[in-house]
Amino acid sequence: MLKRLIVGLGLTLASAAGAAPDPKNWDAVLEEASGQTVYWNAWGGSTATNDFIRWAGDQVQARYGVTVEHVKLSDTADAVARVLAEKTAGKDEGGAIDLIWINGANFAAMKENGLLFGPWAEDLPNWRYVDVAGKPAVTSDFTVPTDGLESPWAMAQVVFYYDTARLPEPPKSMPALLGWARANPGRFTFPQPPDFLGTTFMKQALYGMVEDPALLQQPAEDVDYDAVTAPLWAFLEELTPNLWRQGRAYPQTGPRQIQLMADGEIDLAISFSPGEASTAIANDQLPDTVRTFVLDGGTIGNASFVAIPYNANAKAGAMVLADFLLSPEAQARAQDPNVLGYGTVLDLASLNAEDRARFDALELGIATLSPDELGPALPEPHPSWMTRIEADWQARFGTAQ
Amino acid sequence: MRLRYAPALTLALMLGPVLAGLAGTLLPAIGIFPALGGWAPSLAAFKALLDWPGLERSVSLSLTTGLAATALSLVLTALIVGSWHGTRAFRWLETALSPLLSVPHAAAAFGIAFLIAPSGWISRALSPWATGWTRPPDLLIVQDPWGLAMTLGLVTKELPFLLLMTLAALPQAQPRRSLTVAQALGYGRLTGWLKVVLPRIYAQIRLPVYAVLAYSMSVVDVALILGPNTPPPLAVQVVRWMSDPDLAQRFTAAAGATLQLALVVGALGLWLAGETVAAGLGRRWIARGRRAHAEALARGIALVLGALSAGAVLAGLAGLALWSVAGFWSFPDALPDTLTLRPWMRHGPELLEPALDTLLIAGAATALALALTLACLQAEQRFGLTPGARSLWLLYLPLLIPQIAFLPGLQTLALMAGADMGRGAVILGHLVFVLPYVFLSLGDPFRSWDRRHATIAAALGAGPARIFWTLRLPMLLAPVLTAAAVGFAVSVGQYLPTLLIGAGRVQTLTTEAVALASGGDRRLIGLYAIAQTAVVVLGFALAIAAPRLVWANRRGMRGA
Repeated sequence: MLKRLIVGLGLTLASAAGAAPDPKNWDAVLEEASGQTVYWNAWGGSTATNDFIRWAGDQVQARYGVTVEHVKLSDTADAVARVLAEKTAGKDEGGAIDLIWINGANFAAMKENGLLFGPWAEDLPNWRYVDVAGKPAVTSDFTVPTDGLESPWAMAQVVFYYDTARLPEPPKSMPALLGWARANPGRFTFPQPPDFLGTTFMKQALYGMVEDPALLQQPAEDVDYDAVTAPLWAFLEELTPNLWRQGRAYPQTGPRQIQLMADGEIDLAISFSPGEASTAIANDQLPDTVRTFVLDGGTIGNASFVAIPYNANAKAGAMVLADFLLSPEAQARAQDPNVLGYGTVLDLASLNAEDRARFDALELGIATLSPDELGPALPEPHPSWMTRIEADWQARFGTAQ
Repeated sequence: MRLRYAPALTLALMLGPVLAGLAGTLLPAIGIFPALGGWAPSLAAFKALLDWPGLERSVSLSLTTGLAATALSLVLTALIVGSWHGTRAFRWLETALSPLLSVPHAAAAFGIAFLIAPSGWISRALSPWATGWTRPPDLLIVQDPWGLAMTLGLVTKELPFLLLMTLAALPQAQPRRSLTVAQALGYGRLTGWLKVVLPRIYAQIRLPVYAVLAYSMSVVDVALILGPNTPPPLAVQVVRWMSDPDLAQRFTAAAGATLQLALVVGALGLWLAGETVAAGLGRRWIARGRRAHAEALARGIALVLGALSAGAVLAGLAGLALWSVAGFWSFPDALPDTLTLRPWMRHGPELLEPALDTLLIAGAATALALALTLACLQAEQRFGLTPGARSLWLLYLPLLIPQIAFLPGLQTLALMAGADMGRGAVILGHLVFVLPYVFLSLGDPFRSWDRRHATIAAALGAGPARIFWTLRLPMLLAPVLTAAAVGFAVSVGQYLPTLLIGAGRVQTLTTEAVALASGGDRRLIGLYAIAQTAVVVLGFALAIAAPRLVWANRRGMRGA
């Protein structure tokens, strides 16, 4: 009986191992991927991203015979919950999700709970173009090493956008922002944590307040969290009464701010996408007087990734899609402000002349800053900062009414 | 199929998922969640829940908004029906309110938000010439801390539901005769109705009222759009915990869902106690025998509030429709700068696939529900089963238990059973919610069918099957189709069951709309709201038109 069990177990393991495609043998991956359907779970709240995902799906269908279905999420955590539910039910293969757009705390949680497949990302053919040295965020996701469990596909950096018709000189530092908000109460807000953008605003503010920014790279438990964050809470105590609706209500997501600005309710908003304002202007969502700026001293930048769940059904197809997203063609398209306006993860110096030309040909939108104007990105703090700041904000401001 | 087993099968299909789902929620609440390393029972989750600083406000918000929305809807329903039933104004109001039943809650809430916000349509129409505003004022109207906007949003959607339920119950109460007697004794129209008819009607619409209470207390989408968020009502917070990247919060979410369930049960108890008090007071009020209470004023108020409620939803929808073709549109312009079909050209083709899936799933779930309901009702008749009050409660159970308390558990169950991810599983999931509505709208017309027709047919030699197929069913075509339209509408509106059971792979207009709504783009929200509403209205239109076409030469068969 026991013997049969062991043999059975061995067979299961062998077949499971046989089922996992190896990106080092790319031809085999391509062969296996052909005919597969990849369910890409990605946030569906932005039309620009949805259109880009459809385009990418059409391309890999035409070139590699991989069908891509975009599962539009209202929250990335829904996908994490799904994989978790599958693990709960013992569904260790044939899972519903093949690829997730992910980063930060969601990645950390999935990695920690063994919900991801891999390593695979650093063996993709197009990985050689990735700017690992120049953009450390592509292998260090909120300081958590990616270990090849996720593949980067876009760079993001905090910017602020404002309407020049109502606000000619925007405040370029957090103290200036506070002063401006005092003089003009009700004209600024941020998405309510746990929305990542709201928490990012606080991390950005924290950057300007800590003496030694290196502290933020350590887990929050390892440093004197209370002392480090004390100036942040003092800042927010003063800012909150001067926010939109006196801080008693907040927009629930980043894009909601676009509508608020178009409605004339706010004059200044935070974004994680340098091209968002230009794209919104092109879609009649913002007036063409809106412009973008970054704070003096730099702003936080991070990378967006795609990851494959441990029980994904179409792992080979998912890899082919991830590799396509890293191709110079897809990267150049994503950087086009008329399409997405996301920064590339590639090192342009490593590309051949033809591929470089794709990037050189891009025209920045009227509200998009050039890479020089954006300046160097500050690294994301360790995910524990996000978690603790979010929880503390909830306790101090999110339940205060 | 053996007809005798139909009721048991129906109950199993409806209650099995609910009870199993509840177990899947209660276990993590007491710390058992093997995938996250929870093997031993513990009360840590409840401790975390109690430690959450917003709990008190969250709970009281759920209670106050739920009770207020239910009470307001009920009072308004009674006033409207009591004052205006049988008049032309009533028919007008009925025509205006019934299609509102089919407007998805989230779409209605978005429309109302755009109407009443400081930068909304009303404010735009009055600015700057009347208000002097060139910028919207910084006023907390939507998302106010007391949940007033949310309560009003709920009332505009629950009022049509209770109104239709009341209208369905009216014939059995035979109000005409009692009212004639009351009016002969000198009672005013409204006072007479409230004293003589309402007590009998209320006994019949109790369960729908409880369903409204349970729904209003645990609603998520409307609360997200119109409700306060610092802190939000409990159901919203439970959803937030469920989607927290920190997976340990799933335990807190389960504890919160358990509390939500207890809260609904407690509120139902409170409501039942309120019924006793109201009955006592009402009896004394009736016994005092006063003939009229400011009749004209009350009737006027009822009409104005009813019209306002219908008007708010319709104007909100109109606003969203306008947004879907708007170029740039800023405050304080009452109308957009330009009109453009670009959003429709760009996103119209994407509507097709989810629309087809929506039709398929809603059609299948409704057909299943109809078949089961008819089989149950027929079995009831043939084997002389008498449905007790208890079976009616069972029927309402899926509507009384907050979705958030059993759907996550149901998802895990569906996965374990391997029945998962396909449209088939989603159809079964929808069946849980479609069945009660179909049963409730078909039960009374079916039972009140004049059985003398059957007796005559049997005397002429027809067997039970033939009587059912060639006599009863054709004669009941109109109510069957109405029940189908109601079931169809319920299925179209399902968000959480579709998302959780379909693994996100099954995409309907509603799941797409909610995902896009998270981006807050009013053009897209308008586009999807119109598509969603159109699908449902189409169902109702078919239900009304079909009997008239089929029975074009049988006037008595065309239904009301």
